[in-house]
Amino acid sequence: MTNRFSWFSATSLTLGMAFLYLPILILVVYSFNESRLVTVWGGFSTKWYGELFRNEAFLDAAWVTLRVALISATVATLLGTLAAYALVRAGKFRGRTLFSGMIYAPLVMPEVITGLSLLLLFISIGMDRGITTIILAHITFGMCFASVVVSSRLVAFDASLEEAACDLGCTPVQAFFYVTLPVIAPAIVAAWLLAFTLSLDDLVIASFTSGPGATTLPMKIYSQVRLGVTPEINALSTLLIGFVSIGVILASLAGKRAAVET
Amino acid sequence: MTLPFAPWADPAAEPLIDLRNVTKRFGAFEAVRDLSLTIHEREFFAILGPSGCGKTTLMRMLAGFETPNEGQILLDGQDLTPIPPAKRPVNMMFQSYALFPHLTVEKNIAFGLKREGIPKDEIADRVTDIMRLVQLTDFARRKPDQLSGGQRQRVALARALVKRPKLLLLDEPLGALDKKLRQETQFELMNIQETLGTTFVIVTHDQEEAMTVSSRIAVMRAGELAQVATPTDLYERPETRFVADFIGEVTVLEGRVTTASRGGVGLAAMEDAPDLRVMTEDTPPAGTTAWLALRPEKVSISAARPDGADNALSGKVLDIAYLGNISTYHVELANGTIIKAQESNRQRADRRGITWEDTVWVTWEEDAGVLLRA
Amino acid sequence: MNTRTPGQRLLIALPYLWLLVLFLAPFLIVLKISLSDLAVSRPPYTPQIDLSEGWAGLKDFFANLDFENYIFLAEDSLYINAYLSSLKIAAVSTFITLLIGYAIAYALARAPRRWRPTLVMLVILPFWTSFLIRVYAWIGILKTEGLLNQALLSIGLIAEPLQIMNTTTAVYIGIVYSYLPFMILPIYATLEKMDESLLEAAADLGSSRFAAFFLVTLPLSLPGIIAGCFLVFIPAIGEFVIPDLLGGSDTLMIGKTLWVEFFNNRDWPLASAVATLLLLLLIVPIVLFQRQQMKQEIGG
Repeated sequence: MTNRFSWFSATSLTLGMAFLYLPILILVVYSFNESRLVTVWGGFSTKWYGELFRNEAFLDAAWVTLRVALISATVATLLGTLAAYALVRAGKFRGRTLFSGMIYAPLVMPEVITGLSLLLLFISIGMDRGITTIILAHITFGMCFASVVVSSRLVAFDASLEEAACDLGCTPVQAFFYVTLPVIAPAIVAAWLLAFTLSLDDLVIASFTSGPGATTLPMKIYSQVRLGVTPEINALSTLLIGFVSIGVILASLAGKRAAVET
Repeated sequence: MTLPFAPWADPAAEPLIDLRNVTKRFGAFEAVRDLSLTIHEREFFAILGPSGCGKTTLMRMLAGFETPNEGQILLDGQDLTPIPPAKRPVNMMFQSYALFPHLTVEKNIAFGLKREGIPKDEIADRVTDIMRLVQLTDFARRKPDQLSGGQRQRVALARALVKRPKLLLLDEPLGALDKKLRQETQFELMNIQETLGTTFVIVTHDQEEAMTVSSRIAVMRAGELAQVATPTDLYERPETRFVADFIGEVTVLEGRVTTASRGGVGLAAMEDAPDLRVMTEDTPPAGTTAWLALRPEKVSISAARPDGADNALSGKVLDIAYLGNISTYHVELANGTIIKAQESNRQRADRRGITWEDTVWVTWEEDAGVLLRA
Repeated sequence: MNTRTPGQRLLIALPYLWLLVLFLAPFLIVLKISLSDLAVSRPPYTPQIDLSEGWAGLKDFFANLDFENYIFLAEDSLYINAYLSSLKIAAVSTFITLLIGYAIAYALARAPRRWRPTLVMLVILPFWTSFLIRVYAWIGILKTEGLLNQALLSIGLIAEPLQIMNTTTAVYIGIVYSYLPFMILPIYATLEKMDESLLEAAADLGSSRFAAFFLVTLPLSLPGIIAGCFLVFIPAIGEFVIPDLLGGSDTLMIGKTLWVEFFNNRDWPLASAVATLLLLLLIVPIVLFQRQQMKQEIGG
């Protein structure tokens, strides 16, 4: 079939990409707008970026968010990898169904429910709310996403590799560190990135579980956005989009290079 | 004159591997049942059987990935059962090869030596030597997915051999290769085994492969040994119908022993035909049921009844499988029994006489077939 | 290897215990509080378990639980309407997302092989950028004096600016936009795996391209469609950010109701009851989704 990529496909792809990217593009363009009115073009300027960097509240929130994301993504990846290992490799154990249910459920659970339930837990055990509680909450949903990413790689992983390692003189622990871990490493990196961005991104769960003095960037943005569109938010959004895009593109290029090398 | 290699025939020889009444159960299923077997040093031993016969379980017990429920496995007289796979002087070449995808050829091969804590120089030497032996020197720095199937197979072999195991286990080692490469590799394997003198145990479902490479073959069926013998004995002197049928092509005729004398019997295999004359050393008593296993190449086919044949039956040509060098004729007798006869095609095809629906005679000598009692 | 070493037990126990404490236990607490009454105290509900009184205290505690909040929810049409309207909004936007997502996934699967990784990455990329920011981006476009109205007015398609912002339409747009990648990717995954010779076989057997699509392509991509619909529908029901930022006062969605009940009215028992009912509403699709995921896992 020579005419596989028809005009229909070309059109839907173009329109689809436009739909996905135009809003973001407009947001970025208007972050360089001289005028405070976000919908009227008043000439090129980077002054909102300057304003942004003078805004202590934003910088504080960014710092909180970064710390939360770094810690929670790391712990979530660790726990998620263990969970994936248990699901894929440990065979049958008591309560496995409940366990896999608890892994998959948070993926689709509405955030309001997760947030509310965690908050009520923290209150009933008398835990002060703050950065720690946000981190605990983010680890919980992050580990579920991480374990799904890692287990998809583990499923494809040839179990005889571990047997081969044992046959060649490894203890089971050595086999894990010398063979299993290096082979699933790309998935673990991907899982960490996912947990990290999910944590960076989260508004609802953080709003429920945070306490005084622990305002994350999404919470800060949300409180500003409710008041209307402002150029500072556009500038901040542009920066965030830029960071994430560069990160994702670099990660995928690295993945491609790794694929070529291996 | 050197004696042929046959340590199993020497009652004084100490076996390398001694399996004693080994049983392995998975739940209620008995994968291996009360199996005893000895394997000698420098043997190229094949375990052959249909899938599900327990041959892989047997091999995994030798490697240490499964523990027998009953019985013992001795290596050089020492019980292997409590020793984990990592500590056994046994290495395995996996069916999937199980090459570590993140390591180069060189590092894959050096992996096991590093775990042993061998000095770096020695590792380098041994890796270089083994890579030369399996002709991988040019690919030392490649990763497994940049290799062809045959090259991967050689890396897997080298990785197991470099540990200098007392016993090398090969799980369907050539299954992933195409036919031509498989044949070449079979000879390569035999050469390497001869050069190093390592004992090889190969598991396969391919009877041709087992016949080609091994010194002895154990045929397994449903968790038990059906027969252990050299390839020639297995083909020429099968002990059961299962073995006769599993190795090569065969026609099996069932009959009743009518006359039993020393060295031969008469076998009533069909009505309206004279008893078949069969030579046998192990004479069953008259009146029992026995089976005659006939290899097709020992049966002749001709248009006219030849004189002086010990056994001759007439039938109609049902099918001809033309294989180039030989043809196999399926001849249907009057009572519906089909006998296979093989002829080599020494003459050009257009001059060959026999064709479909022809009435022909199949003949064989009294010592051509084997009389089976099971 | 049937026996497990203590180390292996620990490997399983660690994530297991974590989820029991931080995922399952919280739901039981929500359930418990939904049966409590609002009170002026800290925390603002009653009864609370008083372990110092031992068994009597526990009995007292259970005696004081009741379904008052649920009765209240059932009697107030606001909540019922919010549930129903959430279902409707989620269903409609899932359907729109499916239409758009299928077209894009289909085009992706038909695109030249060497473009595909890049195109797929382009679809995933917005998913990595902040959800909040992507929703925010639409405010500037949909506002009365926003860019969409400016564009439509300037080409003379409309005479009066359209009121899209703060309506349910804006919520539809927001949901479709935010969840589109979740629909595209599973459908693309099934379409991409599809053997092209199937379509040639269909053509060979006399199907038109149109018929081949409905008789071969569509049924084969059904697992992807189902997965995609679950991935959009389930979270959309409980969505809070989109109706809050883009919807108007008449846009009723249960996630927003819960938020308001909790943060503005500080009625925790009622918010917990709302959450419990929302969870019950979602259990059927979540269980179906899990079944499907497991089936795929075994199949793949």
